[in-house]
This record gives sequence, structure tokens and C-alpha cells, in this order.
Amino acid sequence: MENIYLAIPLAPLLGAIIAGLFGRQIGRAGAHTVTILGVGISFVLSLFVLKRIAIDGGEPFNGSVYTWLISDGLKFEIGFLIDNLTALMITVVTFVSLMVHIYTIGYMADDDHNWPSHSKAGAPSSYQRFFSFIALFTFSMLMLVMSNNFLQLFFGWEAVGLVSYLLIGFWYTRPTAIYANLKAFLVNRVGDFGFLLGIGAIYAFFNSMDYATVFAAAPAMVGTTIEVFAGTEWQLLTVICIFLFIGAMGKSAQVPLHVWLPDSMEGPTPISALIHAATMVTAGIFMVARMSPLFELSTTALVFVMVIGAITALFMGFLGIVQNDIKRVVAYSTLSQLGYMTVALGVSAYAAGIFHLMTHAFFKALLFLGAGSVIIAMHHDQDIRNMGGLRRYMPITWITSLVGSLALIGTPFFAGFYSKDTIIEAVHHSQLPGAGLVYWMVLAGVFVTALYSFRMYFLVFHGTPRMDDHIREHLRETPWVVTVPLILLAIPSVLSGYLIDPVVFGDYFAGVLHVDPANDVLTGIGEHYHGPVSFVLHALGGPAIYLAIAGVVTAWYVYMKNPAIAGDVQQRFRGIYKLLVNKYYADDFNDAVFAGGARGVGRLLWRIGDVLIIDGLVVNGSARVVGWVASVVRHVQTGYLYHYAFSMIIGLLLLLFWFVYMGAGA
Amino acid sequence: MTFAPLATEIFLLSMACIILIVDVFLRDERRVLSYALAQLTLLAGALISWSMLGNETQVVLHGTFVSDPMAALLKTSILLVTVGVFMYSRSYLVERDIFRGEFYVLGLFAVLGMLVLVSAHSLLTIYLGLELLSLSLYALVAFQRDSAAASEAAMKYFVLGALASGMLLYGISMLYGATGSLDIGEVAEAIALPGEQGIILVFALCFIVVGLAFKFGAVPFHMWVPDVYHGAPTPVTLFIGSAPKIAAFAMAMRLLTEALGGLYGSWQDMLTILAVLSLVIGNVIAIAQTNIKRMLAYSTIAHVGFLLLGLLAGTTEGFSASMFYAITYALMAIGGFGMVILLSRAGFEADRLDDFKGLNDRSPWFAFMMLILMLSMAGVPPTVGFYAKLAVLQAVIHVDMVWLAVVAVFFSIIGAFYYIRIVKLMYFDAPEGDAPLAVSPDMQIAMSLNGLAVLTLGIFPGGLMAVCNAVLS
Amino acid sequence: MIALSDYLILGAILFGLSVAGIFLNRKNVIILLMAIELMLLAVNMNFIAFSYFLGDIAGQVFVFFILTVAAAEAAIGLAILVVLFRNRQTINVDDLDTMKG
Repeated sequence: MENIYLAIPLAPLLGAIIAGLFGRQIGRAGAHTVTILGVGISFVLSLFVLKRIAIDGGEPFNGSVYTWLISDGLKFEIGFLIDNLTALMITVVTFVSLMVHIYTIGYMADDDHNWPSHSKAGAPSSYQRFFSFIALFTFSMLMLVMSNNFLQLFFGWEAVGLVSYLLIGFWYTRPTAIYANLKAFLVNRVGDFGFLLGIGAIYAFFNSMDYATVFAAAPAMVGTTIEVFAGTEWQLLTVICIFLFIGAMGKSAQVPLHVWLPDSMEGPTPISALIHAATMVTAGIFMVARMSPLFELSTTALVFVMVIGAITALFMGFLGIVQNDIKRVVAYSTLSQLGYMTVALGVSAYAAGIFHLMTHAFFKALLFLGAGSVIIAMHHDQDIRNMGGLRRYMPITWITSLVGSLALIGTPFFAGFYSKDTIIEAVHHSQLPGAGLVYWMVLAGVFVTALYSFRMYFLVFHGTPRMDDHIREHLRETPWVVTVPLILLAIPSVLSGYLIDPVVFGDYFAGVLHVDPANDVLTGIGEHYHGPVSFVLHALGGPAIYLAIAGVVTAWYVYMKNPAIAGDVQQRFRGIYKLLVNKYYADDFNDAVFAGGARGVGRLLWRIGDVLIIDGLVVNGSARVVGWVASVVRHVQTGYLYHYAFSMIIGLLLLLFWFVYMGAGA
Repeated sequence: MTFAPLATEIFLLSMACIILIVDVFLRDERRVLSYALAQLTLLAGALISWSMLGNETQVVLHGTFVSDPMAALLKTSILLVTVGVFMYSRSYLVERDIFRGEFYVLGLFAVLGMLVLVSAHSLLTIYLGLELLSLSLYALVAFQRDSAAASEAAMKYFVLGALASGMLLYGISMLYGATGSLDIGEVAEAIALPGEQGIILVFALCFIVVGLAFKFGAVPFHMWVPDVYHGAPTPVTLFIGSAPKIAAFAMAMRLLTEALGGLYGSWQDMLTILAVLSLVIGNVIAIAQTNIKRMLAYSTIAHVGFLLLGLLAGTTEGFSASMFYAITYALMAIGGFGMVILLSRAGFEADRLDDFKGLNDRSPWFAFMMLILMLSMAGVPPTVGFYAKLAVLQAVIHVDMVWLAVVAVFFSIIGAFYYIRIVKLMYFDAPEGDAPLAVSPDMQIAMSLNGLAVLTLGIFPGGLMAVCNAVLS
Repeated sequence: MIALSDYLILGAILFGLSVAGIFLNRKNVIILLMAIELMLLAVNMNFIAFSYFLGDIAGQVFVFFILTVAAAEAAIGLAILVVLFRNRQTINVDDLDTMKG
């Protein structure tokens, strides 16, 4: 079995290496063949593992595969923890990745057009480079979710961040792309800094990097306090969990570290689907669920998680309403859905969070790829104000996007309904301080989600076509490599919801996710659960479903029936509109305060610290001294044989004098 | 009486004699047969000694020869490193019209000397192995007969080497007088007995350490190293700089830990002095060099300082770290000098630092290989050099000599400068000439394998480290 | 009766002489070769004395090996000398300084 586990991440890595290093030799077809083959192999193997572990009830695997080095008792190991959670994650990751790989063949077919005309620097082998990157991403993500220790988790964490960085800036001659990837990089550094502090604190206090060891020792650490600042006592576990969660905030784009995700849409659409919607951004959710034995021990941390999630879920949804770029609308919806998952984690409904992660991976990848399909048809125009009426030209894209949107807003019998409604119910049952307010926020979020989703849907697929004649003449359905993944993703977008029975209310996560009985909300909901249909009936008694319908109706009325209202509202609430269009001024604030401040401090340090002291005195000074000493000392090597012999004899005499004479004297 | 434990040595000796005879009857254009035979011999020898890795320790030939797992591992490494040396050498020798059988025969005899040294279980065997190695090397240095620099280097090497082996012999004679035996086991037993021999033993120890330090090239017995590395034909430099370091490590193990383990306190202090001096002098003077062979010579001296650190820790951990260091250093050294050969051609030695300018423009792949090698020598992760240094430093810290580790780290940071300078020359400077690189296929393969091995071992050091640990416990 | 120490002192003096010969001589390389031979003989003196007084034959066996090796060493030394002279037309120790630093 170990070999199978090893093969799962290594197959995409091999594909990435071949496509990356020998891309020019094997050509386009070769590059996509090897990477699809690699990812396909790991998808099949993931299914096999899922069947064995989750369905047949095989024993979870937890062991190290390779010890890289042992330094002072700290082991640096490559190890796998394969349990139900991992099996689910690797299946989702490899499935979506495989779909995206296939889809990319169509999307990147005419990549030359995507490079600015004045510079096509990367164009010649950009196709191969792209496949190499997404396969490398798959490898990194698999390493992340399969890890059994914090070090490898961190490796995977950074590796997916790196690939994300590379892909956001894929069209590296576009200034906006470079700005976006730099931004993603910097914001993620903030999160990673917290994450690293958390891991460091774990190592400092638990003296181990291994999940199992740390989790086993954690309960004994309750009550341990540390002084972060002099005179203040902090619960150790709270500090660790909050630090770890700051990492998750960076990666999963929670407020206030969310600013990079909308900009990441500068990358090609397939990676927006794979990395910035379905998989990488959910790494933070996965990590917190994985660390549930730690988070359960700190109520403070849970409340923190819940509040951050609720803020993200609601306020990022608002921004989706005013966006005009098709991808950005979907991006803000991703932010909002990540907020829902985070809320689920906060109220200890980890299973619900992971469940939403899974359903969201399918329908959000579907929406992104659908958007990509539209973008292909529109010749890379992404403005929804220029679209309209596309359903007549692209029936498959239309139907699948509709399925995705319905799943997203939580229409009964669609996947998103089950996962999102469970989360809302879980918040409703939660006893955490602040849960009452959060409940209203997530409810409001349902309306907002429906509003922006169907605003986009109506503007793109219905109404009168608004594009120019040239584009309209060329409008047609995209090729099969694009539509087949859409169809394949539409299926789980509907059906995966019915897994709610085992995953959320069953014992699928027994022994994997740890929930303190005092916080356990899902069991309470589970008592009233009697199958998917009754779940729908039960939901009819709650507000969420009506809010969603209201959102759709509003969208229909405002953008289809009576478009004048939109402009009217925009005029009347100009202040709010401006606030939303400017994304709450978060970017401006960051630019002015953090970036500006950092530049100011940096310039100061550079002038005084670097140029004067470090460069002038320490580096150049010491280099000059060492160089001078070297040029003098080298003359000891005179070239004369008798001097060489003399030095040996002096050496011998010194040794003799030191050890024999002094030794005898002592 | 069984000869099985000597299989590698007997095989190598017979083959060296056969090649010597075969070579006499070969015309110049068929000379490649000698080369092929020599390579086959080394590979087969490596196989034989690798197969003896799991064997029990056996002492044969009336206690003069020992076959143990450590010997098997070190012999395998020496033989394989020499395969690399010969691979790098072929085109150099052909281009300069000195592609003769003597080179390979002398090389094989030197290897035989190293093998004997590695397996020595008597002071006499140590001396014989050492002399067989040294005499072959003296001849090899002078091998390019029309080169004035080579003959000067050979003369210096010869005189200083003879002086060093004289001192070693003098020490051995005193040791013999004090303990009454040449057998390493009996010497160790005699030392363990309480007696009044203390002073004489330390006296003998001083001379023996000098002999060892000369073989390693540790300061202040290092003066031959730069001149010989500089003057010798590059393939010979390659050879001297690699495999004999492994043999010297074995010699130190046999003499210091097995025979003179009872005097640990004394030789630990001596090695500490040598190690610190080597680290300081090696790293500092290397900075002032403009000739890459000289620079690598001083870098060798600095590396020897590190190697000694592991030895002087005196623990199994330290010895295995040192062994790991010796083996991986040999790998890096053949790569580094191999690159000098690779860039050179008839009438152009490519041994100035400036010859590396703009290598990236001429051949990105080889520039990358050189980058790996330089980073490894500087000890930058994820190359193997980092791990080797780390293991040694750990061993030193575990015997509570933190100050020594600090000194070592400090001077290797200074040392990193001259390695990085090469990287800078390769990547950021414009090439001086635009002569195309003509590299033979075997050379390309050897260099690529070499560089990748350094990288791979750096990412997966566990296997080799485990073997090093296993053969010592 | 000559004691062991007398032999050892003789050996030490011979050894000291040879070492002095190596680093004091700045003229002829051949003198270096002679000094090296003398050093080996000093060691031989030690070995034979120890062997005799310990009643152990191994030391004398060692001496035979040293003598043999010394012959080989002298041969190689002279060979290098010949090559050196052909290249440089001098065997002056003072002139062997083209490589330094």
C-alpha cells in the first residue's frame, strides 16, 4: 500500500518534471499527455484508496516514508496520514485537477492571443509551462493533504503558494498580472508568518512535529499559559490555534487577508478554477479541520474563527453584486463561500465545513470553467455588461452554469443546498458566544449569494445580446475538451449533496475529526435528520430557502424586468456603491499604510542601516579586511621547498613541546 | 588460511600487472583498450568489495590485514571515485598526447595502495600501503614530462612526502618500542595497560599525527597541497584531491582510534589545533587566489578541517559523520576539478578563475552543474555539502565543543565567498573568448551524473548516512 | 655495554641531522635525497635497537621493508630529478619557486 500512497503524489510530479524540463522536445501534445496521464493515474489510485479506506473500512495508514534528516532529536520526515479525511481530499483534488487538465487543452489552445502584442516573451512554450505548473500544483496539494506532520504540511503549504504565485503571473509581460502575483505573494507571507509561528510554538512546547504525538499531548497542555508580552498571560493552545488560523486566513483568503484572491483572477481561468476556487484556497479549511483536536481545546480560538468567517461570508458577498468582470463575480462568491466553511469550523461543525468544501469544489470549479467557456467564446472579453443572450449560442455552457448557480445559492436537491443548510443549522444550534449574531449574518449571506449569482447568470445568458457584431458572428459552443469537463463537473454538483448522510451525520469522520461533546452541534441536527427529502421539507420551515428565492427574484426583477432600477439604486445609494466598488477601501488602506509605511521604514533602514553600517562597515569593511589578510598571509607560501619543510618541522616541534614537555610538566 | 578477504586487492594487483603487459603490445591508436580494462577492473573491484559489506570482521595474514564492513565501504567508494577520475581524464590525456598506459597502471597501483591502507591491521601494512600510494602519486604528478610546473610540483611533493613519511616512521618506531608490537590490536592492548610509557607514547603520537596531517593536508603540514594541485596535470590533481582523502580517513581511523584509542585525550587536542588552523588558513587564503586549482587546493584544506572535526569528536556519530564527509567531499572534488578539465582543451588549461566567466552563456547545463558543486562545497542546502557539514557540526556539539562549531561555521561563511564568486563569474560576467565548448559524450555523462549525484545525495542523504553508521557500529 | 638509550640517541641525532639537511640546504636537490635516505636509516637504527632489546623479530622485518621501499623511493626521486633537470636545466632548490602564494 505504501507504494500506492507514494505513487499518488509522485505521478503528477513526474508529469510536471517531464513537461517542464523537456517541454520543447515533447511538444504541446506530449506535454498535456504526460501531465494528464500523471494526474489520471493519481485520480484512479485515489479512488482505490477511497474505496479501501472509506468504503471497505480499511485501517488508516500513518507512517513515515522517508526520513530526510534528524537534527538534535527533531525528525524531518516525509510521512503520510491516510484516513477518511485524506481519502476524501485526494479524491476531490485529483478529480477537479483532472477535469481542469482536460479543459486546459481547449482553453490554452490559442494562448498566443493572451500575450500582449508588444511582447510575446513566454508564448513559444507557454502551453507546456502551464501544464507543468498545474501538475506541479497537484503534487504539492497532495503532499499537503497527505502529510502526517507539520513540516511536510508547511512544505506543501508553501509549494502550493509558490505555484499559485507562478500561475497568477503566468502572463508575465502584463503589468497587472505581475502586480497581482506580487500582492498574493506578500499577503500570503503575512499568513505564513503566523502559520510558522504556530508551528514553531508547537515544536517548542510539544517537542514534536508529528500530528499524532501533538494531538495526544494537547489535552495535557490545557491550562498552560505563556507570556507573549510581559505581564499578560495567554492560554498556550489559544495562541497556537490563532497563529495557525492566521495561516489559514492567508491561504483561504479570510478578511482581512482576502485582498489577494480577487486579483488572482489575472491568471488563466483554469487555474482560477483549480487553485483559487476548488483546492488551494480550501487548504486553510482542511488544515483547521485536521487540527480539530487542538482547536476544540480553545473556545476563544473557535469564536475568533467563527467571527472572521461570518464577516467574510457576508461582506465579500456584497462586493460580488457590483462587479462587472465575470471572473471577479465568481471570485467574490468564492470568498463568501470560504467564509461559510470557516464559520462551520468555528462552530465545531468540521464535518459540515469539509462537506461544503467538497460540494463547493465541484460547483465552483464548474462555475469557473463555465465562465472560462464564455470567455473563450467572447474572445477573452470578460465584462458581463458586454454579454447577454448567450444561452442560444452555447447551450451546454448555459445549462451547466445554471446547474452550478443553483447549487451555489442552495436550491433544494442540489449539492450546495445540503452543505450550506447544514452550516446554517449548525450555527443556529451553536452555544458559542456571538453565534446569534453570526446566524443572522450567514442568513443574510444567502440572499446576497442568490442575488449576485443570478445577476451574473441573467446578464450573461439571458436578455438581449450586447456584444459587438464581430464577436456575435463568431459565437459558438466551445469544443468538447471544454464542455466534457463541464458536464462531468455538473454531475457531482448535483449528486454529491446526497453524501450528507454518511459524511455529516454518519460516522465517516469518526476518529478523524475531534469534536468536544459540549460543542457538538451536528449530532443535535442529526437527530432530526431522516433522509435527504425530509431535510428539504425541514428546510421549508426555515428562512434560508425563502431568502434564496427572494434573491433570485430580486435579481430577475432588477436586471431583467426593470433594468432602470439598477441605475436608480446606484444613484440613490452612491455612498454605499462607491464603498463597494472600492472594495471597502481595503486595498487603498493596505497600499497607504502597510505598503507605504513599510517602504518608508525600509528606505530609512536602507539609508542608515544598510548603506552606512552594514554595507559600509560590516560587509564591505569585513570583506576588505579578510581580503587584505588573505593577500598578506598568502605570502607565507613562498614557493621555497625549505620553507615548506621548515613549517612542517615547526609544527612538529610545537606539538612535541606542547604535549610532551607541557604534558610531562603538568 | 583463506585469501577470500583479500579478493579485491589480489584482483586489482593481477589486473594492474596484466594491463602493464597488455599495454606494451598496444599501438597508440588502440591505447583505449588499456583505459577500458582499467575501468573494468575498478568497476569489478568495486563490486567485489561491495559484496563484502555484510561480512564479519576477519583478521588474516598473521594479523596484518583486516577485512571489516568499514573497509568494504571505503574501498567501494575509493574504487568508484577513481572510475570517475579516469572518466574525466581520458579526453584530457588524449588531447595532450599523453594518453599512455602508465597513467592507468600507476593509478591502479595507487588505488591498490589505498586499499591496503584501508585494510591495514599492522603498522607495517599501514606503512606499505601509504608508500605504495605515495610513490605512485609522485610519479603521476611528474607524468607530463615536458611540463616544468609538473616536475617542480613533483619534486616538492616528493621531498615533503618523504619527510612526512620519515616522521611517521619515526613515530611508528617509538610506538613499537613502547608497546613491543606492530599489530594494531596488540598495540591497543599494551596502551590500555597502566604503565610508565605515557611520555614516550605521546612522543610517538606527535610524529604519527604529523604523518597523518601531511596526508590530509592539514595546516601547518599543508604547504605541498596548493603547489602540487597547481602544478600537476589536472587529471592527476583530480585524483590526488579525491580518493586519497578517503584513504587518509581510513588511516586515521586505524591509527588513532584502533591503535591509539587509549590516548584519545591527547590526539583530540592535537586534531583540534590542526582543524582550527586548517579552517582559518584554508578559507582565508583561498579568497586571494586567482587560479582555480589553487583555490580548490585551499578549499580542500578547509574541508579537511571539517573532516578532522568529526574525527576529534571521538564518538561513533563523529566518525560516521567524518566518513560521510570524506566520501561526499571526494564526489564534490572530482566534480570541481572535472569542470576544469571540461573547459580546457589542448594548449589551454582553463585553470584561471576568469576562464569561468560567462559559462552560463556558453553552456547553461554545465554552469548549473558547477553551481550545484560550488553550493555543495560552500555547504548550502539542499546539496550534500550542507548535510555533511551539519552532521559533523552536530557530532562536535554533542561532545560539548560548541565553540569549535562556531569557529567552523564562521570560517565556512567566509569561505562561501570564494565559491559564490565562481557562481557570479559564471552567471553575471560576459565570456572572455567565444570558443565553443567541445565536450566528449563520456565527459558530459560523467559531469551530469556527478552534479546530480551531489544534488540527489543532498535531498536524500539518509541512505548513505545509514550505511556509514552501520559499518561503524 | 651499550644501553638502548644510546642507540635511541644516535637515532635521534641522525634524524635531526637529516631534517636539518632538508631545510638548511638551499643548493642541490640531490642533497635532499641523501638527507631523506639518512632519515630512513635513523628510523632503521631505532627499529633494530628496539627489536634487539625487546627480543622481538618483527622490528627487523620492518627494517627490511623500509630498505626496499627506500630503494624504490630513491629511484622515483632520481627519476623526478632527471625530468626536472630536463625541463629547467637546474636542480637548485632555490630555483624551485615558480609556484607560490
